[in-house]
Amino acid sequence: MKTVKRFLTPTVACAAALLFAAICSPARFVSAQGSETYAIRNARIVTVTGPVIENGTVVISNGKIAAVGAGVSLPAGAKVIDAQGLSVYPGLIDADTEIGLTEIGSVAGSVDVSEIGDNNANIHVDVAIRPDSSHIAVTRVNGITTALTAPRGGLIAGQSAIINLDGWTPREMVLKSPAAMHINWPGAGGGRGFGGEFGPAGQQRSVTELRREQEKQIENLKKILRDAAAYGAAMDARRKDTSLPKQNVDLKLEALIPVVRGQMPVVINVNLERDLKAAIAFVTEMKLKAIISGGIEAYKVADQLKAKNIPVIVGPVLRVPVHEDDPYDAAFTNAGILAKAGVKIAFQTNDSAYSRNLPYHAGMAAAFGLPKEEALKAVTIYPAEILGIADRVGSIEQGKIANLIVTDGDPLEIRTQIKHVFINGRDIPLTSRHTELYEKYKARP
Amino acid sequence: MKKIKPILSMLLTSALTASAFAQTGGNAKLTAGAGSAVAVTAPSETLIRNGTILTASHGTINNGSILIRDGKIVEVGPNVKARDPNARVIDATGKYVTPGIIDCHSHTGVEGNVNEGSLSVTAMVRIRDVIDPYSPSIYRELAGGTTAANVLHGSANSIGGQNAVVKWKIGKPVDQWIIPDAPQGIKFALGENPKRSNSQGLPAGTARRYPATRMGVEETIREAFIQAKDYMRVWHEYEAKKATDKNAIPPRRDLTMDALVEILEGKRMVHSHCYRDDEILMLLNLSDELGFHVQTLQHVLEGYKVAKEMAAHKTGGSTFSDWWAYKLEAYDAIPYNAALMASRGVIVSMNSDSDELARRLYLEAAKAMKYGGVSEEEALRMVTLNPAIQLGIDKRTGSIDVGKDADLVIFSQHPFSVYTVPELTIIEGEVYFDRNEDLKQREALKREKADLIKREREQRGGPRGPRGERPEEPQPRPNETSDKL
Repeated sequence: MKTVKRFLTPTVACAAALLFAAICSPARFVSAQGSETYAIRNARIVTVTGPVIENGTVVISNGKIAAVGAGVSLPAGAKVIDAQGLSVYPGLIDADTEIGLTEIGSVAGSVDVSEIGDNNANIHVDVAIRPDSSHIAVTRVNGITTALTAPRGGLIAGQSAIINLDGWTPREMVLKSPAAMHINWPGAGGGRGFGGEFGPAGQQRSVTELRREQEKQIENLKKILRDAAAYGAAMDARRKDTSLPKQNVDLKLEALIPVVRGQMPVVINVNLERDLKAAIAFVTEMKLKAIISGGIEAYKVADQLKAKNIPVIVGPVLRVPVHEDDPYDAAFTNAGILAKAGVKIAFQTNDSAYSRNLPYHAGMAAAFGLPKEEALKAVTIYPAEILGIADRVGSIEQGKIANLIVTDGDPLEIRTQIKHVFINGRDIPLTSRHTELYEKYKARP
Repeated sequence: MKKIKPILSMLLTSALTASAFAQTGGNAKLTAGAGSAVAVTAPSETLIRNGTILTASHGTINNGSILIRDGKIVEVGPNVKARDPNARVIDATGKYVTPGIIDCHSHTGVEGNVNEGSLSVTAMVRIRDVIDPYSPSIYRELAGGTTAANVLHGSANSIGGQNAVVKWKIGKPVDQWIIPDAPQGIKFALGENPKRSNSQGLPAGTARRYPATRMGVEETIREAFIQAKDYMRVWHEYEAKKATDKNAIPPRRDLTMDALVEILEGKRMVHSHCYRDDEILMLLNLSDELGFHVQTLQHVLEGYKVAKEMAAHKTGGSTFSDWWAYKLEAYDAIPYNAALMASRGVIVSMNSDSDELARRLYLEAAKAMKYGGVSEEEALRMVTLNPAIQLGIDKRTGSIDVGKDADLVIFSQHPFSVYTVPELTIIEGEVYFDRNEDLKQREALKREKADLIKREREQRGGPRGPRGERPEEPQPRPNETSDKL
């Protein structure tokens, strides 16, 4: 019981701190964290934000990175992991997914991705994330420790959360919620991100007609945001002067107040050049803190994105070009062109079941022009910066949450094996629904 | 679609030009202007020299060369020299050469024609009749090193239509794409798709089609074959009678039955879409009962559960590397499927079922190493030699061996590295994709497109057209063609 004794004090202190945080901070969420102390030694440490440490040690304690460096001594009682020949990287971050909201695509009862209606600003995914979803373990054993998970339906889809891929309850998993407001840019036909699904399905409409519909939807979007601004102003006014008439509660408009005030980022799912231009004009006019998601043709407006300082969550990279006459590798070269123009990028899978393939989206972009180091940053520190969580995750730095992976090579390479996954300082078992079925049927006589 | 045509033709032109350019080089003579007709005196030999050759059949040859003559591989090894002084020489120093990638499950080029879904037995329809040689996906797949494909009917029917095994010889007449000595095949399908459990939005008044259960799928196949056996018997009786009776009346030909008889006679390969272990066993048992062979199980996501039975039936498995969870019958799919099936002696291939995935099957193969520890050569075979064996074309393609067609890909790095780029794709000694040429053509294509749009607008009277309408821009195409749902 030595361990318990040694950790009694920090545990109590930690519990007190957590209690304090729960009372005093507006955050409703408390992350689950490990209480073991680990020392990963003899490792090649790819810190991402600093230089690579060729033969170093990472110490994990109370869920955090307690120390990192070449000359770090092993704390007494620490579980030692000898990482000779192995590398330590920050856990990878998938910057736009549906993880936890969907289990089996074609089974409606298992899918909670899209709400009905144009304005779903008040819905927030943190109430519908299923901690036991098999997708979570399947994803993390491939090195993805953190994901933004977002609702998808309507014009304003609702509020996303950033989750760590471990925890007994959604609240234990959540790193940040709400993370952002998600908007599906209305476009002239096509699926999500190519415009909303207007009118009866399958009905052929002229381009002109679709464009008019699109313009109407954009105006609708602006009107909703202006209403939210007015609603917020009215709330403030009444707070100062209670003699003013009380307005009817509108939860959708209320949810948009931090958006129109530039306090909550807006993730706009938009892909085509023409729509990207319109979306850039829109966020400029409405003074929003914007992030582009999807951005298949973002490379065509890279200079504008750079000028307005709008980051792009690129992906999926592994897709065919939009137009027949696009270069065959248009989707692969997109990220490299954006990065070269100085646009901040991160990668996403825009998926749940296939979030585990995030590193290969980044890898393909690196094969087609994005420098390898940038590709790695775009699945670690850049998404953390874009999503406002870089103080806690995205690199190997003292004080950050111990979301780490130990690998036998470059995590963007398919053949690389993941040897350990730490989330919140917990050494996660490398098992999933897939490994369990594998072991079961491998043993079939 | 009218307005898209100029761009389509442009694409085709570019592909043709690129390949024509690329065939030359070395000392070959050519006269060419950008975009104009190209007259080429092709060299009789091509030598790919000093590359790392992954043969897929007999290991890796470092600093090896491949000599190609008349579209065939005539020599492979460390010290190979061209005989023709004018031979085209491709320097592969620092690069990797693999056999052309073969996709054992494709619907490329048959967009909109994948399923004749009105009946559950449509053995009479033929994919070879509906391949669109202008599909932009074909060039993109060549750019991913894919040289050959099993183009299949969709999975809406218990017994679907006839397949076409093709090489992507873009720019050649489409009837030359079909591999002449490839055994004929046919698509079967089991589970959710033939029982139509995921098809929504049927037109008003449309009845649900039989079968609606896995039980009904089995009976549909059994009944069709029993009918085919009767049909076969009637024909045999007629053939016997004809010898003695000049006035014997031939039975009426039935194209559906003809195809099923070919299956029973072992002249047509069954490629069956399936997911669950129960339906796999059902088909294997049914094939024993009715006397036909199941050549491959396609998707076969639970093949790992019944790999022993598959191996005993000499039935191949053609699977996805890691697709899962998109429907209930794909919920037990695991990325270890390929490795587990292979470990039980099943010939395994990795397929795409997707115009997108078909461009990077070389990376999909690497996943067999990651999940289940398959060796490097076995993993490469899963997208080269194994699909060739499954399609009965391994005598002519699928590995780098003397006597085989020169279907080859040159990669910038090891084909299993995520950082690799396919640079040159060769079919029967001819270059069908050359990345350098592709890059060179891009500016010219841009100018040509701008010019076409300008002319289009002028014809319609001003930038906004006669009725104030903007000229139509090409609309985005769906991401992929797939029968996964």
